[in-house]
Amino acid sequence: MSALAFTYTPVAAAATHVPHSYALVGLVLLPLVGAIIVFSLKTEQAKLAKQLSFLISLAVVVYTAIIAIDFNTDKHITTANQFQFAGSWVWIRDFGVHIAFGVDGIALVLVLMAVILVPCVMLASWNSLDSKSGAEEVAAPGAPQRSVKNFFGLMLLTEFFMIGVFTATDVFLFYVFFEAMLVPMYFVIGSFGGPRRQYAAMKFFLYSLVGGLLMLASVIGLYVTTGSRSFAITDLIGHVPQGATQKWLFLGFFLAFAIKAPLVPFHTWLPDAGAEAPAGGAALLVGVLDKVGTFGFLRYCLPLFPQASKYFAPTILILSVIGILYAAFLAIGQRDMKRLAAYTSVAHFGFIGLGIFAFTTQGGTGAVFYMVNHGFSTGALFIMLGLLLSRGKSRNIDDYGGVAKAAPIMAGLFLLTGLSALALPGMSTFVSEFLVLVGTFTRHKGLAVLATTGIILAAIYVLYLYQRVFQGPAREKTAGFRDVNAREIAAVAPLLALILFLGIFPKPVLDIINPAVKQTLHEVHQTDPAPKLGPNSVVAGGTK
Amino acid sequence: MSHVLFAAATVPTIKTPSIAYHAIAPILIVLGAALLGVLVEAAVPRRERFNAQIAVTVLGLIGALVAVGLLHNTSLTTPSPVGSSESFYGALSVDPAGLFLQGTVLALALMATLLISERSIEIGSPIVASAAVVVGSPDDKRLANSERVQTEIFPLLLFAVSGMLIFPIANNLLLMFIALEVLSLPLYLMAGLSRRRRLLSQEASLKYFLLGAFASAFFLYGLALLYGYANSVDLPAIFNAQRTSGKSDVLLYLGLGLVIVGLLFKASVAPFHSWTPDVYQGSPTPVAAFMASCTKVASFGALLRVLVIGFSGSTWDWRPIIWGVAIASMVIGAILGVTQTDIKRVLAYSSIAHAGFILVGLVAVTSDKGQSLASVMFYVLSYGFTTLAAFGLLMLVRDADGEATHLSQWSGLARKSPLVASVMTILLLSMAGIPLTSGFIGKFYVFRAAWHTAGPLVVIALLCSAVAAFYYLRIVVLMFFAEPPENAPTIAIPGWSASVALTTGVVVTVFLGLLPEPIVDLAVKAAHLRG
Repeated sequence: MSALAFTYTPVAAAATHVPHSYALVGLVLLPLVGAIIVFSLKTEQAKLAKQLSFLISLAVVVYTAIIAIDFNTDKHITTANQFQFAGSWVWIRDFGVHIAFGVDGIALVLVLMAVILVPCVMLASWNSLDSKSGAEEVAAPGAPQRSVKNFFGLMLLTEFFMIGVFTATDVFLFYVFFEAMLVPMYFVIGSFGGPRRQYAAMKFFLYSLVGGLLMLASVIGLYVTTGSRSFAITDLIGHVPQGATQKWLFLGFFLAFAIKAPLVPFHTWLPDAGAEAPAGGAALLVGVLDKVGTFGFLRYCLPLFPQASKYFAPTILILSVIGILYAAFLAIGQRDMKRLAAYTSVAHFGFIGLGIFAFTTQGGTGAVFYMVNHGFSTGALFIMLGLLLSRGKSRNIDDYGGVAKAAPIMAGLFLLTGLSALALPGMSTFVSEFLVLVGTFTRHKGLAVLATTGIILAAIYVLYLYQRVFQGPAREKTAGFRDVNAREIAAVAPLLALILFLGIFPKPVLDIINPAVKQTLHEVHQTDPAPKLGPNSVVAGGTK
Repeated sequence: MSHVLFAAATVPTIKTPSIAYHAIAPILIVLGAALLGVLVEAAVPRRERFNAQIAVTVLGLIGALVAVGLLHNTSLTTPSPVGSSESFYGALSVDPAGLFLQGTVLALALMATLLISERSIEIGSPIVASAAVVVGSPDDKRLANSERVQTEIFPLLLFAVSGMLIFPIANNLLLMFIALEVLSLPLYLMAGLSRRRRLLSQEASLKYFLLGAFASAFFLYGLALLYGYANSVDLPAIFNAQRTSGKSDVLLYLGLGLVIVGLLFKASVAPFHSWTPDVYQGSPTPVAAFMASCTKVASFGALLRVLVIGFSGSTWDWRPIIWGVAIASMVIGAILGVTQTDIKRVLAYSSIAHAGFILVGLVAVTSDKGQSLASVMFYVLSYGFTTLAAFGLLMLVRDADGEATHLSQWSGLARKSPLVASVMTILLLSMAGIPLTSGFIGKFYVFRAAWHTAGPLVVIALLCSAVAAFYYLRIVVLMFFAEPPENAPTIAIPGWSASVALTTGVVVTVFLGLLPEPIVDLAVKAAHLRG
């Protein structure tokens, strides 16, 4: 499977041998080059811009798939060689920073999820800018035409930053991607969003920026306190001094990621940004960009600051559980569909936080799998909402009713999406939620029990939404709704297919994730607690 | 008194100092070009004068830049300062750091010259045709629409640059004072030369002059006190006196404090910043660009030298002062900037905030091995290019009254000119310190330098950057996400000179964000101040 002549370079001898695999550099640059080409098109060439962007995003999927097939899941992992396809080049010698890429199982599955979501989002947004029937709201009279090529260019640019942020193995480079990623999303929200887009874009940017700057303080602190002349993550692990320093540095990273994730009480930007962003942008924002926060917990907070992670874990676990319950209640009370979807995500992030900070293999593996599933599930949810809004031109749930009669296929797809959001058994989301809860239960029984009630609440907000929008008597407005066409089905179907497939057969993904999670826990000096439930205790399949 | 005079008179021989002319070649070239410019004013016919002046100025600055480059190579290979300190009685020290700053000043001055000589945006140039004509008089109205232009600004700029070249290499406070005056006096005049809104410009000029004169007086008084303490105005002598002198420390601290006030004023550091917004707003925009970039480089250069060469022995005494003014500057720059409605004033407050960030890097300058010095030098360079280009862009957005600098006029600018809006966005993101721009690398560099000695200061600085980011982003929001107003301003197409300057500024901003290695390397190598 070395069609692109990937050479797997062992990183074990990092001290003497610097790896130079170009595989990931190519992957990162592909969407960037695409974005530059699309931006350089003329505004009139909207159609070409769409087709070109879609093709590039498909090429990225193929490229990533080849890397995934080439990925070695049986390798014995140590701190030094945990990244595959590693490549590292000096960037700024005096700062000790490198252009360094590499993936472990966690990064790989997240990159896969992100690149699969992008073409789906593009398909779903195909007509949302340049046709009245595709727009999410009735355009104000005299409102200028929005630039199609800019939207698709920004999507590719966002993809570039997403891949970069997941594959960077140098803390400085990660930070650069983490911050710079805000800019294209800021323009997606601000240029293509709803009525309060200026406010939402600004709020999104400033929240993330404050978190990012606190993280910058910690990044510099890492450099100073470890005395390491390098920002490579493998050079930093295990070198952060214990005690108060480590706690402060941890907090810098943690706050940035908690705002990004977002963890209650740092979540208030997400409902605004999620609601005002165009549906495609929201799908990427909530589905992928926010995963950077939870990914950051696993990749940076835990291995770099093991002692502080353990110290703060109880607080974070409690915040996560509060998030699960609080956001679920808020979701039930929403009238704005996109805000509702955003709040469901806040609740789901609670589960991910729970899984990560429970420090068990099941919990960790479940959390990573949860991130992947949530990306697909929320992506599909926002895409479906976008399709619904393009017909109803309103985000208010009360304006709808009986849509299922006019558009039965749409209702079916929406129901499937909704069921994946509430983690119905048979869906991949169920596997991950179950793993998280089992993983949590072995350490924190009370919290696991409380979190489980979140599943019931999820059923309420999903089914209540479905009932109000799709069931009941058809309104005058909804009676004329067009059912989904082939393009729209093609945008959602792959995501739902993946959710169903991984729900029945999650092993391939879990096999990729598991070694990386074990290594991460090893770096936090945590081992799974011995089972105390008796000899017949059930341990979730696929993790063993 | 007579006794003292008598004692001085009995000194047996007075040696004339030997002067290493090649070491001060950049200064001589610039001064020579300035004098030539004065002759051009007198001798060349008016029609040819503008082009002749541009030629003299540009060639003079390029010549000086080349000379700096040549000196730089020698200064790195020879251990002692170029033209060893003896040759000037120690008054000048042409060391690597000094040369780096001189080169920066020259490059930025070259760009400012290109902005000043822009003639296709406005009839004549951004500079008034005749500064002495009464505002609003019939002559004034006639001249405002004529092709005539005041070309004295070019020699004035060169004189200011010559002062800026001496300022960061002066090892002698008296010489530093002279350099301060040489750079300031032309600036006071240049501030009053705006072609449009002349009253505002003249007010700016007068304000700058009065406050600047105060600041100079502070500097001079401090210098006198330090002489009283150390019996010398040489920085190395003042440094030695701190160990040996039996005089009261009050003289030392008061003197140091007053000298620092004089320097901080020029660098527009709060609480000595109040002139900055008014002067930037009133001055012709290219002159404001020149002040915001070159003056800042030169003043921080002088401040670095005073603190490192003269006062590294009393670091613990001045460090709290730098903490204080750095915090004041960042907080005032960030918070008051939010309330501004005029883009030039926003940039002025941004400049105040940036002065605070630079001071953060300066805190540890005596206690690490050149890291802080290198970071400050990198920062002033990267900020200089960014801010110069940002001011340059303001020249392009115009309405009937000249430049349209009110924020509301910038709404929806991206519709009209996506290029101008995008370029402005890059510059603003750089000022906000977003990665992939030079502003981020600069911030990272100074904060890293300061982290060890001043961790809390770094955190304050980061929070202030977040606040300041608000007003940069607000401009982006206006340009891209808002609808254009009824009487939207027009976008002028710049001629070759402004285009070159703007392109250079933006390219440097992006390049230093992506591949800062060459300049970082240069700054690290040049991070040596010699007494």
